[in-house]
Amino acid sequence: MDLAAYRKIAYEGLWKNNQALVALLGLCPLLAVSNSVVNALGLGLATTMALLLSNTIVSVVRRLIPGEIRLPVFVLVIASIVTVIELLMNAYFHDLYKILGIFIPLIVTNCAILGRAEAFASRNGVDRAAVDGLFMGLGFTLALVALGALREAVGTGTLLAHAELMFGANARTWTIRLFDDYGGFLLAVLPPGAFIGLGLVVAGKNVLDARAARRAEEAARSKPIASAVLVPAALERR
Amino acid sequence: MRFSTAPAPHIQPQASVRGLMLGVLAALVPGVAAQVWQFGAGVLIQCLLALIAALACEASMLWGRGRPLVPSLLDGSAALTAVLLAVSLPPVAPWWITVFGALFAITVGKHLYGGLGYNPFNPAMLGYAVLLISFPRTMTAWLPPTGVAAAQPGWAELLDWIFRLTPPIDGMTMATPLDTLKTQLGMGVALDQIRSSPLFGGLAGAGWQWVNLGYLLGGSWLLWRGAIAWQIPAAFLGTLFLAALIFFLAEPASFPTPLFHLFGGATMLGAFFIATDPVTASTTPRGRLIYGSLIGLLVFVIRSWGGYPDGVAFAVLLMNLAAPTLDHFTRPRPFGRQRR
Repeated sequence: MDLAAYRKIAYEGLWKNNQALVALLGLCPLLAVSNSVVNALGLGLATTMALLLSNTIVSVVRRLIPGEIRLPVFVLVIASIVTVIELLMNAYFHDLYKILGIFIPLIVTNCAILGRAEAFASRNGVDRAAVDGLFMGLGFTLALVALGALREAVGTGTLLAHAELMFGANARTWTIRLFDDYGGFLLAVLPPGAFIGLGLVVAGKNVLDARAARRAEEAARSKPIASAVLVPAALERR
Repeated sequence: MRFSTAPAPHIQPQASVRGLMLGVLAALVPGVAAQVWQFGAGVLIQCLLALIAALACEASMLWGRGRPLVPSLLDGSAALTAVLLAVSLPPVAPWWITVFGALFAITVGKHLYGGLGYNPFNPAMLGYAVLLISFPRTMTAWLPPTGVAAAQPGWAELLDWIFRLTPPIDGMTMATPLDTLKTQLGMGVALDQIRSSPLFGGLAGAGWQWVNLGYLLGGSWLLWRGAIAWQIPAAFLGTLFLAALIFFLAEPASFPTPLFHLFGGATMLGAFFIATDPVTASTTPRGRLIYGSLIGLLVFVIRSWGGYPDGVAFAVLLMNLAAPTLDHFTRPRPFGRQRR
């Protein structure tokens, strides 16, 4: 398997087919625990772990599963993996585990994971499925952390507060205070802030994509000889 | 959604958006005057601030969306939103509260949904709800009305509080009557004892009863002109009265009189000026009756058992959500068509 194919899978997962920002999957945990960077990172990494393992295992057993019952089997695989992750987090990140609460077991119902198992892992080899799971998870984490940073900065004026929950006692000093004497903006931390924030992040991504498409088009037009080849490519990319 | 046009003849409506909005603004005058009389000139400063912020925001949003500026700026809808928001705010709120509320109302409440006529929520109430949820302490610090306070603050003090952000000294601001009622009832104080405090007048909260009478006067003028439909205010006030009456008769020790509900808080402002917003309210006669009475019921429920002292903003926003469904199920029967 060549590197270019992996790179394409990574680009799909991180940006073009980002599970949170493009597919809009897994919104329940995305909206619920994105009120701070640390919570977002914790749940994002747990979801990445679950995606990586579920994609790998589903890909390994994909030829053994009868097509009619593949979805229940996927759910069983995912549920077992999430149970393991939950127990591990309870053991090693107990305080974070208590904060994330119900949303760790709820990773089972994150449709992004079942979606990748069905759409990718059950039709591709183990190596590609694992890479896809890893980058789809990282893309989800990226969106979660971006939203978490936005809400934490606007809501409480800090970044990386309570980092010690994830990175041990040394991280207690990592908290960045963006504004002195910030009164706090409660709306951003409360659920409506999650919806408004997600809307802004999705809109921001669309703006970047539209700008990139326009730039590609202009570049294609400035090279008249190559345009016959490049313009269809640019259109296709849209 | 499909809209069907009835066959001719059609009657051209005489009203324009501008005429309607300016009429509503004029009808606000008695209520705002009563508010200035009772709570001082801070109300006017808030109105001015909100007007500037809302019109500037409206202009920049229109420019950004590539729409013509002048017709929308002059139609008075942004100005009405600004004034409705400003009269809901405490007169001594710092300037950034008012400006932020107006910006949120116009940007998120109106233009992100497509501008006037497309917004599902009342923009002014959206701005108010965001402020109330985000800054509860600032938003509940009202001035005591004339007669309760020793003297109303002068211009210098007001400007100092609003623009230089020196907070008013403790004791200059106090909770509203509805707020006091809620906290004291929560602490187990008897209703008679609460009502005997100088914060309460003959009808309802001292000061607030005059403000409500002012809005009732302006609202009646709107009704008489035919600018708003009678169903919404009638159903709102009727249901609120009925619900309050039932609970007052059942347990007079812990529920205030129906008149207290009718002339306290934002009842009259809500019934005539906010719930009747032509864009976000229900538009069929039967729909308006249901819409208004559910708002009245929600206001009573939120005031009696909710977490916030007054519930008009939340009740209106919740019913805005229901208005399209109400319209769908209460379409009037076309003339001549038989009931199925």
